[in-house]
Amino acid sequence: MAELKVENLTVSVDGKVIIEDVSFSVKSGEVLALMGPNGSGKTTLFMTIAGHPKYNVIKGRVLLDNDDLTPLLPEERVMKGIMVAFQTPIAVPEVRLSTLITAMVNKMNGRKLTDPAPPSLVNNLIKGVQEVGLTPAHLSRGVNHGFSGGEMKRSEVLQLLMAKPKIALIDEPDSGLDVDGVYAVGKVLLNLVNSGTGIVLTTHSARILHTLKPTKVLVLSKGRIIAEGGLELVEEIEKIGYENFLKVR
Amino acid sequence: MKQDLRNLIEGGLTPEEVLSRDTPVRRSIEIKGKITSDVIEEISKIKNEPDWMRRFRLRNLELFNKLPAPNWLPNWVLESINLEEYLTYAKPDVNRASSWDEIPPEIRSYYESANIPEIEARALLGLGAQLDSEIIYFNIKKQLAEKGVVVMPMEEAVQKYPDLIKQYFMKIFPPEHKFAALHGALWSGGVFVYVPPGVRIEAPIEAFFLISNAGEGQFEHTLVIADKGSYIHYIEGCSAPRLSRYSFHDGMVELYAHEGARIRFTTVQNWSKNVINFNNKRAIAEGNAKVEWVEASIGSVASFVYPSTILKGEGAGTEITGITIANGNRHVKENGAKVIHDAPNTYSKIVNKSISANGGTAVYKGVVYVRKGAKYVKSHVACDSLILDDKSKAYTIPHEQVFEDTAVVTHEAYTGRISEDKLFYLRSRGLSEEEAKGLVVLGFISDVTEGLPFEYAMVLNRVISLEFSKYGKVA
Ligand SMILES: Nc1ncnc2c1ncn2[C@@H]1O[C@H](COP(=O)(O)OP(=O)(O)O)[C@@H](O)[C@H]1O
Ligand SMILES: [Mg+2]
Repeated sequence: MAELKVENLTVSVDGKVIIEDVSFSVKSGEVLALMGPNGSGKTTLFMTIAGHPKYNVIKGRVLLDNDDLTPLLPEERVMKGIMVAFQTPIAVPEVRLSTLITAMVNKMNGRKLTDPAPPSLVNNLIKGVQEVGLTPAHLSRGVNHGFSGGEMKRSEVLQLLMAKPKIALIDEPDSGLDVDGVYAVGKVLLNLVNSGTGIVLTTHSARILHTLKPTKVLVLSKGRIIAEGGLELVEEIEKIGYENFLKVR
Repeated sequence: MKQDLRNLIEGGLTPEEVLSRDTPVRRSIEIKGKITSDVIEEISKIKNEPDWMRRFRLRNLELFNKLPAPNWLPNWVLESINLEEYLTYAKPDVNRASSWDEIPPEIRSYYESANIPEIEARALLGLGAQLDSEIIYFNIKKQLAEKGVVVMPMEEAVQKYPDLIKQYFMKIFPPEHKFAALHGALWSGGVFVYVPPGVRIEAPIEAFFLISNAGEGQFEHTLVIADKGSYIHYIEGCSAPRLSRYSFHDGMVELYAHEGARIRFTTVQNWSKNVINFNNKRAIAEGNAKVEWVEASIGSVASFVYPSTILKGEGAGTEITGITIANGNRHVKENGAKVIHDAPNTYSKIVNKSISANGGTAVYKGVVYVRKGAKYVKSHVACDSLILDDKSKAYTIPHEQVFEDTAVVTHEAYTGRISEDKLFYLRSRGLSEEEAKGLVVLGFISDVTEGLPFEYAMVLNRVISLEFSKYGKVA
């Protein structure tokens, strides 16, 4: 059983405070939905947890099973078991997607980075590619190189699937996806949850949440958590919109 | 092949470091000081040369004195080539052998650190190893002689095949600039190859060059003649220990591919950071012949190499592949290409990949020239640069001089950077900064290394991995 705890986190970027005093926690097998209008700080929160050097922790801590992650390098955090699927992942045309996934899984299993993919990984990859709705051809392309918005999302989810982190932070996995894509990704993520991964997920549509059935819903506004509850919060936001929702609070 | 990224993680010694631990090589002859006609006479005498070659050298010395210093060199490079302070000839105190057992262990270890004897046993039909100014090891498999292939140290060819040498030697690359003339005056060592008509050599021949000391000049000359319909792959490797001062390399390679012949010429240049490298490389391709250059420019602090092909006969073609690493402050690595389309239906393909890091500058300078009347020429140039940090630079300077309407000459360029965001993305997949950079670098060059023979792709990946395993510590 793993637990990610974010305690009183305050974060600045380029000298500007974006996240203020945010706390939450998520355990293995749980799904936490992080809602909030554009610019409320969801991505900033994930980047900070992943350890991007540009994001400054002014106050607070990020803990995994009571290990303080805050002083760790991004790669050390991944090795501890947290991983982010990015809202807008960067293209790395030089490195094939299969090469990156192999290197990642090799490293996690204590093998040499460039060892050939073991048969188990090859099998998982073939299966995974299909589940997220990509083709084997995507594996031999540069990471996110010329990928459509939806293909990037699928590729991010595929990488999660191969890494099987203890806690996954997933930033808008459904935006830019077609209906079938939302369904496919939702199903894959549900499997991930059922196999024990805890998920923090941001989204702007309720659809994926119907599949994933979050244990808890948080609403972020201007860098602060302003509401906490269950799926009824999502329904309310869907019905009246963020502007009215925030007025009520 | 990709396995060798291992070195990135495991560390280990570079050949350069292995070499540096050894004691300096003893010489039986050293020539130093102002380069006068007396110096030339002396070198010619040591080599017991025919008179025509002695006079040839003297003519080149005259030209050297007359020609202006190249204006295309950075000032610090010109100032570092103070020739009076360099050894212009250095004969190691060792007899030439055709078996590694006969080479003294302290010298053999140089070559072993670069895996040369092992690669020879596994993959080569012939090997010449040059130490400083002379070839000290030369071994050719019997089957070559049986096919009539001539492979020998250049000095020996001057004695045995004067007519061929007179016909080709510095006729493909005449002394048209100062350092080419200097080469003509001081040349020493190198290999001569003649492949008879229709003979195909199924495994490569290699020459490996080593500079053992600081303040030394090396001027080897390579001449490969592939007669009609023949095929040869020739490989050149270079290495040097870490030196206390600059050494200077001014070699020359001339290739002649007769009708329908094919020559592949691969160089893995891994001089240490104290070597200033010139290599004057030119090929002539007759009708339907093909010349392929691969110039992997890994080492040296400053390097200026522009493999060139003159497509002289109809249907001739050339591919010029450059891989350039400019890793280090002030490092200037020019790895260019030049193609002269002098006949109809000729084609050329230039692929150049450079990586700059730690304040290094990589430069591609290229010329594609299409003569009027050389109809239906096709040429494509692709230059990709990868810049690893803000201190480093890459320049792509292609010149197209096309005087024929039917020519299709295209050029594309790409510049990639390892931005903080790119690095972060890879780190968010669990890779350390060094691992991430290594993966990007190897991925970047993979499409060119995958075209090399297995052993050399290995060697290249190994030296590149080692180069960048030091990256984090250097930065
Ligand atoms: N480098 C930066 N400098 C200043 N403001 C920034 C910077 N990066 C992000 N922001 C601001 O931080 C806020 C939160 O952005 P983000 O975390 O991307 O929100 P969300 O993911 O919820 O849409 C936005 O107002 C955004 O403009
Ligand atoms: Mg966002």
